[in-house]
Amino acid sequence: MSSLYQAIILDHSKHPRNCGELEHANHHGEAKNPTCGDSLSMDVLTENGLISDIRFQGQGCAISQASASLLTESVKGKRIKAALGLGTDDILALLGVELSPNRLKCALLSLETLKKTLAQDSTDTV
Amino acid sequence: MIDIRKHFSIFDARPGLVYLDSGATALKPTSVIDAVSGYYRDLSANVGRGLYATAEETTARFEAIRERTARFLNVRADEIIFTRSTTEGINLLAYILEGRIEPGDNIVVTALEHHSNFLPWKRLAKRCGAELRVVPFEENGSIRPDTARSFVDSRTKIFAFSAISNVFGTPNDVSTIVRTAKALNPDILTVVDAAQAIGHTAVDVRELDCDFLAFSGHKMFGPTGVGILYGKSTLLAALPPYQVGGGMVFDSMADDPTYMDAPHRFEAGTPDIAAVLGLGSAITFIESIGIDRIHAHEVGLATRAVAKLRETFDDTLRILGPTDERESGIVSFTLDGIHPHDIAAILGERDVCIRAGEHCAAPLHRALSLPATARISFSVYNTKADIDRLIEKLWEVKVMFT
Repeated sequence: MSSLYQAIILDHSKHPRNCGELEHANHHGEAKNPTCGDSLSMDVLTENGLISDIRFQGQGCAISQASASLLTESVKGKRIKAALGLGTDDILALLGVELSPNRLKCALLSLETLKKTLAQDSTDTV
Repeated sequence: MIDIRKHFSIFDARPGLVYLDSGATALKPTSVIDAVSGYYRDLSANVGRGLYATAEETTARFEAIRERTARFLNVRADEIIFTRSTTEGINLLAYILEGRIEPGDNIVVTALEHHSNFLPWKRLAKRCGAELRVVPFEENGSIRPDTARSFVDSRTKIFAFSAISNVFGTPNDVSTIVRTAKALNPDILTVVDAAQAIGHTAVDVRELDCDFLAFSGHKMFGPTGVGILYGKSTLLAALPPYQVGGGMVFDSMADDPTYMDAPHRFEAGTPDIAAVLGLGSAITFIESIGIDRIHAHEVGLATRAVAKLRETFDDTLRILGPTDERESGIVSFTLDGIHPHDIAAILGERDVCIRAGEHCAAPLHRALSLPATARISFSVYNTKADIDRLIEKLWEVKVMFT
């Protein structure tokens, strides 16, 4: 059995990208996994239908935090519509591993947080 | 206790297995597995009314386990109610006690409790307009023996607490807690969650003198699907049934049906017969080793594990509770910068089974401001080699995150 803890996940959990607050964000959202207590919050700045900047903060296992780091990296500069269209397979592709149903929840917390964040009212339009 | 391991066939099937999660459920000795399969193979009848040989033998064996369990706890057989688990026992109890709680009364529990000895009382208090009082715990993970002095008053109806915390592993002084509470309010009902004590340390219920006590069979080498609720016979005699149905009624046609006496009044429906017979074999297994020997073995391993963990991980490790002599086989810890779920998942990939999370004890973790902890728990089949393997693999985890 190959390990869940591949280099890419360990790297992003130890050195998370886009971690912190975003002062000029026009979206903010939070999500929590009630079964394990992992939590994430995101700040997003959207301009002309694009995600021009994004930051996250959170607490939890390496899978949930690395997933947030990888996701923010991947959607930065992309269209909001494209980000809203992401699904489970896209997250698994970013992480590069297969996950049990339990750990899938850890991985998908980032996507849930992003979608909640983008659903918040903002001055920008999709 | 190397010779003990030969009773656990799982080690033949999985030679590399390091099982350190007996607090969740114990592995099963061959004798217990044989008792379960033997029932289905050789008897397979229901308990109760059957007038043929296999039914009569099943009923006799089933009731013999009730007596065996009663002797194991030093109580009477009619004080032993077969349930599905600790959780079901406590829920049953909370249900049948509802008529005794009035608005303005209070129920006392502790912040150490597993959800199974917390939520039934929280819900009961809410239903009855009673107050739920939550006793805080000491740094070592136990409640003060005289804790009742601060929390029990004339309106206290129930005081429910665990014999051993499933996170700290620290025992409570059950008999002193009960005595102090009763001295303040003789009408109080004391309820002990013995899930982590049974099969690990001697439990003499007469000596503890609690009114009710619940535990699960599967944490004491028995099968899943059977638990015990003990209740003092004088109290059970006056309490209403929980579920109603088969096997517990005298006159079902009456407007107000009349029910059988305890314990059958509380056992509607066909029980998990195979599991009960397996529980009997689990008691035999425990008694063949000796409860004091089991206790000494587990405490010895836990104490050694704590010393080794501290020696290896220094101040990056936090042990919950005492760092010198442990008093049970349960040890919970955290490692700086590594989430307990990652610790458990990575150890799991290396065939070292531990548990991570809140261990169904959210109030305890809130009180400590910890999102989660990692827990190891020892049993008779664990060895010093298991500790070495744990430390070796845990070091690999640390290196991965450094």
